[in-house]
Amino acid sequence: MYDISTLFAQLLNGLSYASTLFLVASGLALIFGVSKIVNFAHGSFYMLGAYVALTITSAMPSTSWGFWGGVLLSALIVGLIGCLIEMTVLRRIYSAPEVFQILVTFGLVLVFQNLIYEFWGPDEVLAPRVPGLKGAASIFGERIPQYSLALIFVGPIFLGLLWWLTHRTRWGRLIRAATQDREMVASLGVNQKTLFTVVFFLGTFLAGLAGALQIPKESANLQMDINIVVEAFVIVVIGGMGSILGAFLAAVLVGVINAFGVLFFPQAVSVLIFIVMVLVLIFRPNGLMGGRIIPQRPGDLSIDQPFRLPSKRMKLATLIVIAVLMLLPMVASSYLEVVMSEVFILAIFAGSLHFLLSVGGIVSFGHAAYFGLGSYAAALVATRLGLPMGVGILAAILSGAAGGLLFGWFCTRLKGVYLAMLTLAFAQILFTLSIQMVSFTGGDNGIVGLSRPAWLNSHTGYYYLSLLAVTVSTWLMRRALYSPFGFAFRAGRDSAPRSAAIGMNVARIQWAAFIVSGAFAGLAGALMAYHRGSVFPNDFGVSTTVDALVMVLVGGVQSISGPLIGAFAYHIVAVELIRNLADYWRLILGLFIIAFVLGMPQGIVGAFMHRFGKGEK
Amino acid sequence: MKHGLRKALAVAAMTWLSGGLAAADSIKIGEMSSYSTNPQSTDAYRNGWQLAVKEINDEGGVLGKPLEVISRDDTGKPDAALRAAQELVTNEGVVLLTGTYLSHVAVAVADFAKANKVFFLVGQPQSDTLVWEKGNRYTFRLFNSNRSQVIALAQLASELPAKRWATIAPNYEFGQSAVAGFREELQRLRPDVEFVNEQWPTLGKLEGGATVQAMIAARPDAIFNATFGPDLAKFAREGNMRGLFEDREVYSVLTGLPEYLEPLADEAPEGWTVTGYPVEQIETPEHVAFREAYMDAYGELPKVGSLIGYTEMLAIKAIIEKAGSTDTEALIAAARNVQFGSPVGTLTFRRQDHQSTFAFFIGKLKVEDGVGKMVDWKAYNGADYQLPDDVVKTLRSEEATK
Amino acid sequence: MSTLAVNSISKSFFAVKAVQDVSFTVGPGEIVALIGPNGAGKSTCFNMLNGQLRADSGSVVFDGYDITREKPNQIWRRGVGRTFQIAQTFGSMTVRENVQMVLHSVHDRLSGLWTPLVRSYRAEADALLGAVGMQDQAERACCFLAYGDVKRLELAMALANRPKLLLMDEPTAGMAPKERNSLMRLTASLVRERGLSVLFTEHSVDVVFEHADVVVVMSRGKLIAKGKPLEIRDNPLVQEVYLGTGAFLESSEIAQ
Ligand SMILES: Nc1ncnc2c1ncn2[C@@H]1O[C@H](COP(=O)(O)OP(=O)(O)O)[C@@H](O)[C@H]1O
Ligand SMILES: [Mg+2]
Repeated sequence: MYDISTLFAQLLNGLSYASTLFLVASGLALIFGVSKIVNFAHGSFYMLGAYVALTITSAMPSTSWGFWGGVLLSALIVGLIGCLIEMTVLRRIYSAPEVFQILVTFGLVLVFQNLIYEFWGPDEVLAPRVPGLKGAASIFGERIPQYSLALIFVGPIFLGLLWWLTHRTRWGRLIRAATQDREMVASLGVNQKTLFTVVFFLGTFLAGLAGALQIPKESANLQMDINIVVEAFVIVVIGGMGSILGAFLAAVLVGVINAFGVLFFPQAVSVLIFIVMVLVLIFRPNGLMGGRIIPQRPGDLSIDQPFRLPSKRMKLATLIVIAVLMLLPMVASSYLEVVMSEVFILAIFAGSLHFLLSVGGIVSFGHAAYFGLGSYAAALVATRLGLPMGVGILAAILSGAAGGLLFGWFCTRLKGVYLAMLTLAFAQILFTLSIQMVSFTGGDNGIVGLSRPAWLNSHTGYYYLSLLAVTVSTWLMRRALYSPFGFAFRAGRDSAPRSAAIGMNVARIQWAAFIVSGAFAGLAGALMAYHRGSVFPNDFGVSTTVDALVMVLVGGVQSISGPLIGAFAYHIVAVELIRNLADYWRLILGLFIIAFVLGMPQGIVGAFMHRFGKGEK
Repeated sequence: MKHGLRKALAVAAMTWLSGGLAAADSIKIGEMSSYSTNPQSTDAYRNGWQLAVKEINDEGGVLGKPLEVISRDDTGKPDAALRAAQELVTNEGVVLLTGTYLSHVAVAVADFAKANKVFFLVGQPQSDTLVWEKGNRYTFRLFNSNRSQVIALAQLASELPAKRWATIAPNYEFGQSAVAGFREELQRLRPDVEFVNEQWPTLGKLEGGATVQAMIAARPDAIFNATFGPDLAKFAREGNMRGLFEDREVYSVLTGLPEYLEPLADEAPEGWTVTGYPVEQIETPEHVAFREAYMDAYGELPKVGSLIGYTEMLAIKAIIEKAGSTDTEALIAAARNVQFGSPVGTLTFRRQDHQSTFAFFIGKLKVEDGVGKMVDWKAYNGADYQLPDDVVKTLRSEEATK
Repeated sequence: MSTLAVNSISKSFFAVKAVQDVSFTVGPGEIVALIGPNGAGKSTCFNMLNGQLRADSGSVVFDGYDITREKPNQIWRRGVGRTFQIAQTFGSMTVRENVQMVLHSVHDRLSGLWTPLVRSYRAEADALLGAVGMQDQAERACCFLAYGDVKRLELAMALANRPKLLLMDEPTAGMAPKERNSLMRLTASLVRERGLSVLFTEHSVDVVFEHADVVVVMSRGKLIAKGKPLEIRDNPLVQEVYLGTGAFLESSEIAQ
């Protein structure tokens, strides 16, 4: 259909794109390999690299040397900033569970976004073309920009340099040793702290370099971070977490598939990368080049207290709280009723996440998938079929459960970060489809006009419904958590070998937990849909998941009441910050999340219990 | 014990959130936009409405009271916008809502406006669903419709000899409806035209090289573009270098807006036929006054966001004055067919779909002194490019026009 | 008929031949020690017996059934219990809940969603805890136990399904000598009392010679000797394998 010259040019285009992907992903892989940090802020370093390079290259003479020198200098600066962040923030969370690391680095994302906006302003800026590489070369009659051709070589050059570094230098060998077994490095007599700092420098240097090299192709803009980071993770996962060669192969695979996807299925480019990932993980659960993942040494935070059945006093206190909440509408404004209804609904959602995360140790990083399935199911049932709200909610619960059934089947074959990234991929696929399938989902304009029965139309009515829902759901989820099933789920997390040795099928129990959790998340989605009267693709979005994760964290990962307290505290804080600090809320919220993980990792409830001495230690 | 904590927090939050209805010696306007997530456009927009509010209040306000705008960041999310709307209405007691930047956020707030019977004037969002399928009697839209610009472009394009067209647009509602509208109108006027390639990059994630190559491979005679922002920069630069635009006409929406032209600098694609805002060249007295006041206040040329923000407040002033009160029903009645002056001429809101007759501009791009500008441009009266009434009727619910 | 018959099983990890062509049997009520220097392949053998690893070749017959290709949970249901080199218990549960977990699995009640786990099989759990002397710690969180107590708990868990065969991988590793002896005596008495067969690996020669009926010796993945403890002690091949340490003969002589 296309002639050879087009196909060849497209191959070159794919390889050129692959270089950028590789530079970003290799830094991420390096950092993960050694420190096991899931660095969600990697895209922010990339964006920072682009902005710094803009400033620096415009100050340098506009010659070849000026450009390339400026690019290297920018990458160095980004690397140094990376060092600084490693020494002040990340160093404290190396032994924390990965969900904490994801959250801290997500906090950094918010901080970076706000600071870069403050420094460079809102406008996107396109750098001039690269001196010496301004033109295009003709290859079999197809014109390809010289700069794109130059980029093709950058990827392999850095692959070579990294290989040289890790095989021929002392530090490099240490890095490799540490990638294989972190504990071993301590015994090699090197300062582990220094090693980690060096690695973080190197990783963020590469991210900064990738960003800097991007400015002749793309204007520096404030969405660069989010636009690249998910791709970078997908590539690292496809390649095998921590493997640099794997990252290279994956980048080439994705770059080339993308280039041909644009040619043959332009409608599908945005989900292509996720489909590649799902396929690779089905056949190679540890990615292309991923070896055995050495299980992380359990950090301090994974030593958990048993879940104790509530005491009489506790039950009484709960009843009092419910009573107070039932009286609240008598004094509250309808705005407060709205916010509290949201708190209740989010508490159900956070609770469903808590069930997977805290009970089963499963980092569901795409939990919004079930929330969105619920909200869209409710909206479609209400607006397309015109059925009443009860049916919509039922459909939502079933859709959430069906999502758990489907995604859980894939996910329970994987572990740790791979699992987290696969859940993210599913959520992203749904997110993309919900935007693009306009005739079915209404696209980004969503679906509006869900109407509630008359008796629920007031804010007060809905407040009571949400309160009822959160009470019943929490009660049911607790029932499940104390039940043999809940214990079995927890057992699979505590010790997989023991679980297998006492006749449990861990994967099947986890699968069932996905379904249960999906059902509750679906319920929350439906309640939110009827609360707003509308649904939007962001119901599937990363930020929806992150919000729920932060809620669980703020409440306390290991506390049964964590999601409730967390939903309340976080939602109110976030809402108030946005309301009062228009231009700085992201900075403050980011710092708040970071400070919380560093200062109070056991969450509000955990800190409270610790302070007033329940349990032993 | 921990439940005690929860209780204490609840009580604290309650007193704190339910408080504060200030005495109404001003007219309170509830405003929101995606300030934190889309500052590229909303910063200029905020400058625009702030300038207008200052001017209005300096001249004695509206109905003898000053306008007080209470502004919120909707963070680009419907949830936050709906919450803000609720808070503005119940806690701040605003008389109407206005603003928003992203179409889906506006859709959510429009639905809120309908449910809560609040007047809502949409500012920048372009999605036509706001006035058609999802239109309601409480919602009016200020900026011109996506469709009107696309139709005008298609009419110009139909005069070209080009038969093979390629399209590129971000893969979401805006891009899809732009392509669909252009295609429909062009094929209506020119049944011999065929569309040989469609590119649908994800917003913000266009891969320039591969995409441009794929378009070249399809050998189109002409191209329709609806990408903007960072995607446009990638597309324009790659297309320039690879020769995609050589001997091909390009028709493009939004590209002539200052916010998208500025970053391209001397690489603004010359010869493209674009919709835009030739801010430095519009010399009507109203526009000159606006431009100069804006330059005095902020030291830079207005962008289209500034123009919309500024006009938004002028529209609100006119509507409230015509209504003589701030009662919602009175506002709706007044807004329909209201006449008000703006930097781009006298505007109104159509009775049949609440769409304004905001003007738009189409011209060709040319690089002069290292910056792109529109030349041979022409102003189009929004009123002339609206949907015919009978079509509007089929799209819009009856109740929305009551 | 022997309780367990291992017929020339092998297992390699890439180039490493961890276990090569190993055969032995465990008779009813017999206590068999599997010994050998570090890296000999003992744990790998164990993991094949309980299904955690699948043998590359050979077969494992338990109680007349071929279990070579069965999964851990199936093998457990046939009556094979095990303890691990690094004790595997459920850290975030109380001691009693750990045993209750196993009992729920025994009675196939793990999918229950309603009655709290702590309410069922309490007496049975306490009886098992009593047998290993852990009753007074039943309410404690498992993650705060002393290691010796974790080992006892693990033993109780392994006994909960009344297995016919108990696999114990280095039951006394990481314990002080005094604790070690008391744990092994406890194990021996429980096992004899219930008529269980036991296969265990062990480093401590004292323990081996005090408790084992039969000793099987492995080195570098191969079986090099099997027999009564005294025969093994005098086997020149075994002596050679342990030559480097010297500990083998001396300490066993002291033990005798
Ligand atoms: N999962 C594995 N992957 C690769 N090699 C392994 C694995 N498990 C064990 N080995 C290797 O197999 C050999 C036997 O190990 P193991 O059975 O643990 O010995 P023992 O328990 O007798 O000390 C060792 O060389 C060990 O390194
Ligand atoms: Mg071993």
